[in-house]
Amino acid sequence: MISSKQIGRRRVGGDQILKGAVAAAAVSIVVLLIALGIELINGSLQSLTTFGFPFLYSNTWDPNHNIFGALPFIYGTLVTSAIALLIGLPVSLGVAIFLSEKAKGHRSVGYVLGSLVELLAAVPSVIFGLWGLFVLSPNLKTYVEAPLHEYLGFLPIFSTTPIGLDYFVAGIILAIMIIPTVAAVSRDVLNAVPNSQREAMYSLGATHWEVIRKSVLPYARSGIFGATILGLGRAVGETMAVTFVIGNSTAISPSLFAQGYTLSALIVNQVAETSTPLNASAIVEVALILFGLALVINIFARLFVVRLTRGARFRA
Amino acid sequence: MTIGDLSGKGGRRRRAFDRLMSGLIYGAVVAAIVPLVAIVGEVVIQGLPQINWEFLTALPRPPTIPGGGIFNAIEGSTIMVGLAALIAVPLGVGAGIYFSEWPESRLSFLSSFTNDVLAEFPTITLGIFVYLVVVLTTHTFSAIAGAIALSIVMIPIVARTTEESLKLVPHTLREASMALGIPRWKTVIRIVISTGKTGLATGILLSVARAAGETAPLVVTALWSVYPVTNLWGPTGSIPYLIFYYGLSPYQTWHGYAWGGAFLLVVFMLGLNLSVKLLIGRKFAGIRAEI
Repeated sequence: MISSKQIGRRRVGGDQILKGAVAAAAVSIVVLLIALGIELINGSLQSLTTFGFPFLYSNTWDPNHNIFGALPFIYGTLVTSAIALLIGLPVSLGVAIFLSEKAKGHRSVGYVLGSLVELLAAVPSVIFGLWGLFVLSPNLKTYVEAPLHEYLGFLPIFSTTPIGLDYFVAGIILAIMIIPTVAAVSRDVLNAVPNSQREAMYSLGATHWEVIRKSVLPYARSGIFGATILGLGRAVGETMAVTFVIGNSTAISPSLFAQGYTLSALIVNQVAETSTPLNASAIVEVALILFGLALVINIFARLFVVRLTRGARFRA
Repeated sequence: MTIGDLSGKGGRRRRAFDRLMSGLIYGAVVAAIVPLVAIVGEVVIQGLPQINWEFLTALPRPPTIPGGGIFNAIEGSTIMVGLAALIAVPLGVGAGIYFSEWPESRLSFLSSFTNDVLAEFPTITLGIFVYLVVVLTTHTFSAIAGAIALSIVMIPIVARTTEESLKLVPHTLREASMALGIPRWKTVIRIVISTGKTGLATGILLSVARAAGETAPLVVTALWSVYPVTNLWGPTGSIPYLIFYYGLSPYQTWHGYAWGGAFLLVVFMLGLNLSVKLLIGRKFAGIRAEI
C-alpha cells in the first residue's frame, strides 16, 4: 500500500519539474527583451558619448567625415507613418464598421471579407516592397503625384518634381499594410459594444449612420484609439516595403514627393557597409531610437486595447 | 422623445446622408480588398511563368546569362526556418503553457505583457540584436545567426497561440483529471495539451509562415550567398533576401528571379494560412459546443 505521504512527494516532484521548465521559458521572454535593450545601448555607447543628445536633432549624416545625426530618419519615419494613419485609419474604420454593423446577419460575407483582410496581413513585407516598386510607384507617380504637382505645386508639400520614390509612396504602402491590424482590432472593439446601445437609438427613429456615429463609435472610442496606436507601431517599425520605395536620401525636404529615408530603411541599407566603428555605433543608436519608439508605442497601445482584443491580432 | 420623422423634408436629407455614409463604408471595403487582389495577381502573373524544374534546382546566374534558378535561396530558407522552429517551438510552447496554467502568477503577467510587446516589435531591431550578439562575436554572417533572429520572431506567436488554445480547454476536463488523482504535470501533458494540440499546431504553422517571409532580420544576420549551403557558419541565401536583392537590381533577368521567389513565398504562405483557417474553423466549433 502506498501512503498518502509518498503520493504527495511524487506529485510535488513532477509538478515542480514541469512548472520549473515552463516558468524558465516564460522568464526567457522577459530576459530577451531586457537583453535587447542592454545590448542596443551597449552597441551605441560610442555614438552616444560622441554626439550626445544632439544626435536626435542634427541633420548631417556623413560617413566620410564621421559626423552623424538621426534627424532625417526620424523625420522620414514620422512623415511616412502620419501619411499611413491619415489614409489607413478611415479605410480601416470603414471596414470595421462594415464587418460589425452592416454584415451582421450575413455571417458568410463577414467571414469571407474578414479572411481576405487577414490574408493581406500575412503577405510578407518584402513582397509589398516588390509590388510597390514595380506597380504602385509608377502608377502613383503618373496618376496622382504628377497632377498634384502640376496644379498644387505652389504648396510646399507638393513642390518637388515626383520621381515615384518618396515619402508619399512609402506612406501609401504603409497605409495598405496597417489596414488589416487596425481593421481587425477595431472590428472586435465595435463587436463588444452592447446591442442595447444601438437599439435605444433606433427606437428614437435614428438612421443607420446616426446610430453608428452617435452611439456606437463614442462607446468604442478608447478601443479604436488603441487600434490606431497599434497601427502606428506597425508603420513606425515596418522595414522592407519602405526600403524599396523611400528613395534613400539623407536630405530633409518639406515636399512629400522628395526622396527620403526612415530609421528602419537606413539600418537595412547601411549596417553591412559601415566604414568606421563610430559609423557602426551610430547605426546601432538609430536602432536604439526605433527600439525606444516601438516600446513606448506598444505599451501605450496595450493600455488602451488591454486584453479585450488580444486574440484578434494573431488571427489578423 | 423621438429624433425625428424620417418621411419629412429633414428626413429626406438625413436618409440621403445615411446612404452617402453607407457608400463610403462600402468604398472603404473595396479600397482594402483591391491591393490584396492587385498584389497576389501581379505576383502570379509575373512569378508563375518563371517556375520550372531548372528554377527550383539551379543556382542564380550573372544578369547577362538567361536561365538559372534559386536553389540556394530555397535551401537556405528551409534550413534557417527549420532551425528557428527548433529553438522557438520549445520556448514558445513552454511559455504558453505557463501563461495558461499559472495565469495568476506575477511572472505570468509580466512575461505575457513582454510577449505582447515583443510580438509587435520592429523585426529589424531584433535583427540588430542578433547582429551585435552573434555576427560581431563570430565575425561572420551565418545561417545560425539568421535562425536565431527568426526564432525571436516566432517565439511570441507560438507562445500566444499556445496560451489561447490551452485556455479553450474546458476547466471541467482539468478538474476531472485531478479528481482521479492524476498529478498536475500529467494532467497538463496528457489532458490539456492533447486536447489543445490542434490549436498548438496552428500556432506553430502560423509562426513558420511568418518566419518564412521575414526579411529584415536576415539582411543583418544571414546576408546572402549564391552557393548551396555547406557551412552553417557562413553567409546564407534565403528567398526573402533574394526578392530584396534581385528586385532592387537593375537587371531584367534578376527581376525574374525576384518575382519567381515571391510566387513561391506567396503560395507557401497562403497555403499555410488557408489550411490553418480550416483547422481553426473546425476546432473552435468543437470546443464551443463542449463548453
